[in-house]
Amino acid sequence: MIQPHGGKLIERVLTGAKKDKALGKAKRLPRLKLDPESVSDVENMATGVYSPLEGFLGEKDFRNVLNQMRLADDLPWTVPIVLDVDKAAADGFKPGGEVLLVSEEDRPVAILNLEEKYTYDKAEFAQKVFGTTDRAHPGVAKVMGMKDVLLAGKIDLIELAPTPFDRWKLSPRETRVLFKEKGWKTVVAFQTRNTPHIGHEYVQKTALTFTDGIFVNPVIGKKKKGDFKDEVILASYEELIRNYYLKERAVMAILQMEMRYAGPREAIHHAILRKNFGCTHIIIGRDHAGVGTYYHPYAAQEIFDEFPDLGIVPLFFRAFSFCKKCNSVVNEKTCPHPSSEHIQFSGTKIRDLLVQGIIPPAELIRPEVAKIIMQFKEPFNE
Amino acid sequence: MRVLPPGGGDSKNSENERIKEKTMDKEFTTVSIPTSLHKKIEEAIQGTEIGSVSAYVVKVVRESLSKEQEAKEVFSKEEEEKVKERLKALGYID
Repeated sequence: MIQPHGGKLIERVLTGAKKDKALGKAKRLPRLKLDPESVSDVENMATGVYSPLEGFLGEKDFRNVLNQMRLADDLPWTVPIVLDVDKAAADGFKPGGEVLLVSEEDRPVAILNLEEKYTYDKAEFAQKVFGTTDRAHPGVAKVMGMKDVLLAGKIDLIELAPTPFDRWKLSPRETRVLFKEKGWKTVVAFQTRNTPHIGHEYVQKTALTFTDGIFVNPVIGKKKKGDFKDEVILASYEELIRNYYLKERAVMAILQMEMRYAGPREAIHHAILRKNFGCTHIIIGRDHAGVGTYYHPYAAQEIFDEFPDLGIVPLFFRAFSFCKKCNSVVNEKTCPHPSSEHIQFSGTKIRDLLVQGIIPPAELIRPEVAKIIMQFKEPFNE
Repeated sequence: MRVLPPGGGDSKNSENERIKEKTMDKEFTTVSIPTSLHKKIEEAIQGTEIGSVSAYVVKVVRESLSKEQEAKEVFSKEEEEKVKERLKALGYID
């Protein structure tokens, strides 16, 4: 099975006596409240999704990630995982000490073993990670709104937060056992933040032709206005897989994480995380992890040239459409017919039809999937 | 890493690389390779997007090192059995 990124699958989840001890001392520790996105980051570090990270980045690693898209030891890493606090709060935390990280509901999440505190330039962070400082970009808006000091150090998770989607939540350790149990030597990951249409199914099944299994891995968490709600995505994929995929060839589990919309950098980030889940390949399509028109449509494919040591193999797909003449999904390499014969897989078009209560044409979306989506009164994030 | 043939290498490319190093927030060290190999690499990268012999060597070495990692299981037999129970309960396996 493919090695975890960095060679070791991180596990920093406290259990038994160690957990009891942590809860015991938690009452005496200075505390810091985390937003749900940072809680997800902590859980992902603790369960190995973010291997080799064991905690929030220190300054040396942070600067290397910004400038080189690698950790200080040269391992590929493209999206900074950091914890920001205001200066007043930072003054209350001492390097060498421990901080209790709690959720917005005051639930103990983890112990942060604080190693350092440092300041950073937000505009530089935004420019280097997102390629822009335009505050209309959701990732830039978040970074520019971050607090001024970053805390770094290893974390020890006290407890995973329960979610409505726990039935679909598997750790990298669990997916690796699952893939082994299914006898899959090669596994292709499909990253998504949308309900499936026929084009997605075409891409997945094409990739599945060359691998033993497919791991459909929707990102669950904070997304932008107009994106489908998490429960809608999961219900629609469950219906698609049940009706149109072989059980022995397809599985779905969620990745609980905030979308950064960092385009090329995030494509590499996504590839690393799926490598940690045990995937040997990952599908990278047009404008992967992009938003608006900030990134060239295929920049998220070209960036893989800079990482010959990534370990997981990208499978690149061009833009596709449905050709009425070919009577199938096609792309620019497989279809000789003019665009007048093509129906585009427009998310906006599909969405508009669904909102009006109209089942879109079967060339665009499976009717079973459409019906599932239409069962939700408000399927989109407001 | 800067790659030089014995004797220092092409002065223009070396100067460009030194300027690039100074402007980048990164540590470099120097490695020597035979002149003949340096020349061979220079010829091979002409017309490609690889900008220098150093860049070529860095790329190849990173690729080679990543392949040398030995594959081994990340879970024990005991962990595996425990996980299988959860997977069965969730319906992932029979």
